[in-house]
Amino acid sequence: MTRKQKRLAVIGAALAVLALAAGLVLTALRDTIVFFYSPSEIAEKAIAPGARIRVGGLVEEGSVSRGDGAEVHFTVTDTAKTIKVVYAGVLPDLFREGQGVVVEGVLDAGGHFVADSVLAKHDENYMPREVADALKKQGVWQEKSGQK
Amino acid sequence: MIAEIGHFALLLALALALLQSVAPIWGARRGDAALMGLARPLAGGQFLFIAAAFAMLIALYVRSDYSVANVWQNSHADKPLLYKISGTWGNHEGSMLLWVMILAFFGSLVALFGSNLPVRLRAIVLAVQAWVASAFLVFILATSNPFLRLDPAPGEGQGLNPILQDFALAIHPPLLYAGYVGFSVAFAFAIAALIEGRVDAAWARWVRPWTLLAWAFLTAGIAMGSWWAYYELGWGGWWFWDPVENASFMPWIAGTALLHSAIVMEKREALKIWTILLAILTFSLSLLGTFLVRSGVLTSVHAFATDPARGVFILVLLMLFVGGALSLFAWRAPLLRQGGLFAPVSREGALVINNLFLTTAALTVFVGTLYPLALEALTGQKISVGAPFFNMTFGPLMIPLLALVPFGPMLAWKRGDFLGVAQRLFAVAFAALAVAALFAWLRWGGPVLAPFGIGLAAWVMLGALFELAWRVGAGRAPLGQVVRRLGGLPRSAYGTMLAHFGLGVVVLGIVSVSAWRTEVITVMKPGDSVAVAGRTVTFEGVVPEQGPNYTQTAGVFTAREGDRTVAVLKSAKRVYTVRKQPTTEAGIRSFLSGDLYVVLGDDAEGGAYTVRIYDNPFVTMIWWGAVIMMIGAIFSLSDRRLRVGAPRRAAPAAARVQPAE
Repeated sequence: MTRKQKRLAVIGAALAVLALAAGLVLTALRDTIVFFYSPSEIAEKAIAPGARIRVGGLVEEGSVSRGDGAEVHFTVTDTAKTIKVVYAGVLPDLFREGQGVVVEGVLDAGGHFVADSVLAKHDENYMPREVADALKKQGVWQEKSGQK
Repeated sequence: MIAEIGHFALLLALALALLQSVAPIWGARRGDAALMGLARPLAGGQFLFIAAAFAMLIALYVRSDYSVANVWQNSHADKPLLYKISGTWGNHEGSMLLWVMILAFFGSLVALFGSNLPVRLRAIVLAVQAWVASAFLVFILATSNPFLRLDPAPGEGQGLNPILQDFALAIHPPLLYAGYVGFSVAFAFAIAALIEGRVDAAWARWVRPWTLLAWAFLTAGIAMGSWWAYYELGWGGWWFWDPVENASFMPWIAGTALLHSAIVMEKREALKIWTILLAILTFSLSLLGTFLVRSGVLTSVHAFATDPARGVFILVLLMLFVGGALSLFAWRAPLLRQGGLFAPVSREGALVINNLFLTTAALTVFVGTLYPLALEALTGQKISVGAPFFNMTFGPLMIPLLALVPFGPMLAWKRGDFLGVAQRLFAVAFAALAVAALFAWLRWGGPVLAPFGIGLAAWVMLGALFELAWRVGAGRAPLGQVVRRLGGLPRSAYGTMLAHFGLGVVVLGIVSVSAWRTEVITVMKPGDSVAVAGRTVTFEGVVPEQGPNYTQTAGVFTAREGDRTVAVLKSAKRVYTVRKQPTTEAGIRSFLSGDLYVVLGDDAEGGAYTVRIYDNPFVTMIWWGAVIMMIGAIFSLSDRRLRVGAPRRAAPAAARVQPAE
């Protein structure tokens, strides 16, 4: 092989691997990303039941109740709209009524949200950023004046 | 007084760093030995002053001096001493100070051990190190000063976030930063080579030990973080493809590629330009990681700094260093002469393939981590990219790479014999298939690809062992000679073997826990039993307990195999008294076949609790594998040829030993 052919072989292999990676990335971006909505956005947009989404907001006061077995029901609100959530599993430590939460799962045909994961954050001062943004839109969120 | 001394020490360190940024490089341009000679004492002094500042901050934490804002926000008098000390870097300001201290530490190591470096190269390398240090010192002093006072001083501190009060997490940041920041040395060498317009095999020999050292620390740091997440967060997972994890994983992948390409450069003087580019990219990814974690741009479990001024500041630093380095590369790289021709099928060729797959894999992680941020910035649409994305992109790229790992070290330099190597590896392939078949039979009914993954892990592990055996001629030469050859092998050969073997062990752990984990979520009353992967787990009840700075409700569980009790596990819901913050302590028992992992959940009605139980087969292999990889790196590092900073002095020392024979 001449020097030029060797270089072409290396460049060819590099392009092949990159093309493979680009294909994988594009397919994965189409199939695996999860969109985030606030309860108001869910009310506005027609989101297909069965599509995987995230919903963020506050856990409505007094809404948490236990169902059969490990099932838990609660309502997520952005103060304008609400959505009912069903979750079977262990709630995170910082899950509390009145606190920010992000749930991931699918809408069922009845407009309930069936969550398979619930994220509350590791710090009691913390508000998931999407939740803070969603609440800001509703005008109920105030920036803390910092720790003074 | 202590805080003021610390603050003052930081200012002095900045002054020294600024001088170190300019004087040596000016000296190198003018050929002024005195100016170049300033670099070493300046680097040492810079480190001493930053270390002094850091020691002052630790002293403030140990004394619980709440007149200092940083201490008040993050500490509490009731905390055990260890967590008072680790609290120093458990927050934004302190961890940035730790970051820059480690940077200065590496700079002073180069100064200390660099006596055999060419004077000009050493001067420029230390100057480049000082550029980074100065920038981050300015960042700390301007936006994240840990020594700010509060007036009047509050009576009691706010306490450290309880999930950070943990031994693994106390040492996780220093290890991780030692890895991140350690790559700055390779970066500084790369910039120096570009400025000088000259690079040779000796350059690679100086760079490689520093890269290895950083890589070993980063491997340990990432493994430690993963282990912590596994036992502390109570989700039973060991890797979440969280952006903060990716932030440390990207420099690790790039650093792994750099380790391999530096070998080619050292041995064969090929891939010079590529190695320089990789050194720049690796440290750029470290800086990117620092930016992602420290600026608060991420929606993530770890991001606790949310001050936009800081974010913009680090972003500017990031663009300045990455942009500057890449521009310098574009301008100067054509000056570097290429050398060392090789055939596509050769050791060099194999290392090129390794680099190709690793950098592409790093790129997919990069896209998955930054795409949500870019999309939100451009369109306002919020998305999350999670494990499914990475499993679909990163995973497939690793399979061919793993399949090729055993070939690499067995191919000859310059021109290799692929078929010959394949023939020798036939027995290894057969053994790996047998292992795969065994697992398929033992764990019938799992995912179809799982035994294939186990086979791949066995292929990598056995391939590593076989390569060593083949090198010393095991089975062909008499035993005595084999043993003698084993003793005569360079330590770096053992390093390669251990690192590759460890990789196989990690893959084994990942495949088995991903494919065969059992999860049971149920509601249990005291006395209830549930079957989990061949064992019966009984909930015995809960007991209240009192810890040093927390109270907890502990659930006691017994695990039985048949009639025999094999483990008593305790999982607790803990409330830390200061922050009133609840945490969950998982009950974990490691068996040979894997972990039994029990989490006490919420209080259901009538004394019942939600309980989550996992059986995680071979999960500990993931961290043991990382430990083996790290030991491999240490072996390589202790190789005579590569011992940090002593590539030349070692030769006469070895010569002196020989006449004794």
